[in-house]
Amino acid sequence: MKNRLLEVENLHVSFHTREGEVQAVRGVSLHIDHGETVGIVGESGSGKSVTAKAILSLIAPPGEITHGDIRFAGESLRGIPERKWRTIRGNRIAMVFQDPMTSLNPVKRVGDHLTEVIRRHRGLGRREALAEAVEMLRLVGIPEPELRVRQYPHELSGGMRQRVMIAMALSCRPELLIADEPTTALDVTIQAQILDLLKELKAKTSAAIALITHDLGVVAQVCSRVIVMYGGMVMEEGPVEEIFYRPKHPYTQGLLRSLPKRGGSSRERLSPIEGSPPDLRSAPKGCPFRDRCPHAMAKCGTMPPMVEVGEGHRAMCWLNDTDAQSDDHAGSGTEGGEGNGG
Amino acid sequence: MRQLIAKRLIQTIPLLFFVSIVCFALIKAAPGDPVLSFVTPNMHAEDIERVRANLGLDKPAYVQYGLWLKELLKGNLGYSLVNHQPVAALILERLPATAGLMGCAILLAVILAIPLGLIAGAFHNKWVDKLITFLSYIGISVPLFWLAILLIYLFAIKLHWLPSMGMRTVGVNSAADVIKHGILPVSVLAFSFLSSYVRYVRSSTIGQLREDYVQIQYAYGSSRWIVLFRHVLKHVLLPIITLLGMSLAELVTGAIVTETVFSWPGIGSLGMTAVRGMDYPIIMGITLFSALLLIIGNLLADVLYGFADPRIKSSR
Repeated sequence: MKNRLLEVENLHVSFHTREGEVQAVRGVSLHIDHGETVGIVGESGSGKSVTAKAILSLIAPPGEITHGDIRFAGESLRGIPERKWRTIRGNRIAMVFQDPMTSLNPVKRVGDHLTEVIRRHRGLGRREALAEAVEMLRLVGIPEPELRVRQYPHELSGGMRQRVMIAMALSCRPELLIADEPTTALDVTIQAQILDLLKELKAKTSAAIALITHDLGVVAQVCSRVIVMYGGMVMEEGPVEEIFYRPKHPYTQGLLRSLPKRGGSSRERLSPIEGSPPDLRSAPKGCPFRDRCPHAMAKCGTMPPMVEVGEGHRAMCWLNDTDAQSDDHAGSGTEGGEGNGG
Repeated sequence: MRQLIAKRLIQTIPLLFFVSIVCFALIKAAPGDPVLSFVTPNMHAEDIERVRANLGLDKPAYVQYGLWLKELLKGNLGYSLVNHQPVAALILERLPATAGLMGCAILLAVILAIPLGLIAGAFHNKWVDKLITFLSYIGISVPLFWLAILLIYLFAIKLHWLPSMGMRTVGVNSAADVIKHGILPVSVLAFSFLSSYVRYVRSSTIGQLREDYVQIQYAYGSSRWIVLFRHVLKHVLLPIITLLGMSLAELVTGAIVTETVFSWPGIGSLGMTAVRGMDYPIIMGITLFSALLLIIGNLLADVLYGFADPRIKSSR
């Protein structure tokens, strides 16, 4: 286990609602190495954002981490006191959120947001912190940063505000940056700019990035490894080429098939995954994807094991269990990957 | 901004005119006769009529109003029917007592309401919140005069700690004496203001804590207190500013009930006496004065809003 920055082991998160316990995350195990960029993909409600918040222990009641361990730089983060958490959040692990329009306090200046974090974690004085804030804004490509620090959030566009958030996240040189759908709320052109920025910053800093998204195109652009989540569990994980060209889980295959293909005939229909995600109030015992899976069989009523299917490539499906199935089925997955490399 | 203020001040004039008409009409419509306070049992009917004519009350109501308005435009608020002193002088003479009383009460209420409301909101539905909310319900529902009498009974009659009435001990002229007299009425008023302010601050805090930016502050290592006192504080000032704008009028017209119970020589008790004696120039004067201050208070609140929330300033 060399080079592990973050290790999440068998994480369970539940929300205690009036309708009963909602198991949003059900046994997620994943790891992020130093300096790598990992994409965490899945549709809404798959548990990816909850996992991210759990990593920073930001699950507020009625939510609760019911089980599992999170180790960061070899140290367990479970059960550490709130005071210690405050030295980690925004400092060693920073997070960028989905909606830049609501991420900043509307009555505080842009500069105050940055200097507050910089002064808290780096212990700089007021003036040095402001200079640092200006530098950070320049780094993320905000024009006239000296002017911007004195402006209020509403005077900036959504894209600019997301840049401010990224500057704030990177201002204390975190070891891990979690970006929770950082481009979802933005226009397509701005999305591309923010992704370019992330790629560029990736080259400049040593931070590992966990990019949470439901957009496989985004993953293909910036990530080196992908974790596919569904129904609060990890379905498949592996290097980006493996996932795109040799997906081993029917859910991943379905996701790839539902993407528009570049160069394909414009009349070609997309094939969506029929049905909807499982109700996590009464989570199914077996494979969560069973009801929507074209390959579902009797065995899927019991939870499939996580099977190593290649170099660093694992999938949780009975199809990959050599004892249960021959390899014919798995072969069908490759179709989905065609033309998705760009 | 300057334009806005000018526009609002010009709008004030027709508004005050309207207020004065309504107020005058209501006084005239009320039962009772101001002349009766000059009448003794052995007066002749002609004498009564002469008194009436002297006071100008024999003319039709619209003529009386016209004369009052004419004097007002000359800057004269008229004279008391009862003791013939100029109304403006009467009000100004009593202004410091009321402004001092209300100023202290409101200031105290705001200073306490902000932290208490923030704490209640932050600990939503916990015991601290329940305690603060419970006390504020008491403050809102208990009649002020009852609370005042209770405090007088306890601190003045039983414990002899504080005086029960007036603003000064006869023959004593010191600030300490005035403060001592002020403690009870200020407490009663402050408790009443505090109770409603706290509820505004609390509900505003609860709303703000649900905002995304609060979550994000936690994600960047802010503690609960930093979130409350550095980030949420400025938002909860908005309802407080509105309330303060509205209480500028109360600042001078005073709390009639509290001033009457404590015999505080302020505008509130002046108004009370005037109402009893149907002394309409004084009633008109006080009403107009408080209407003017209410309008100015609201204007001031609007201006201050821009400082508390930059989004408002730039949309003007």
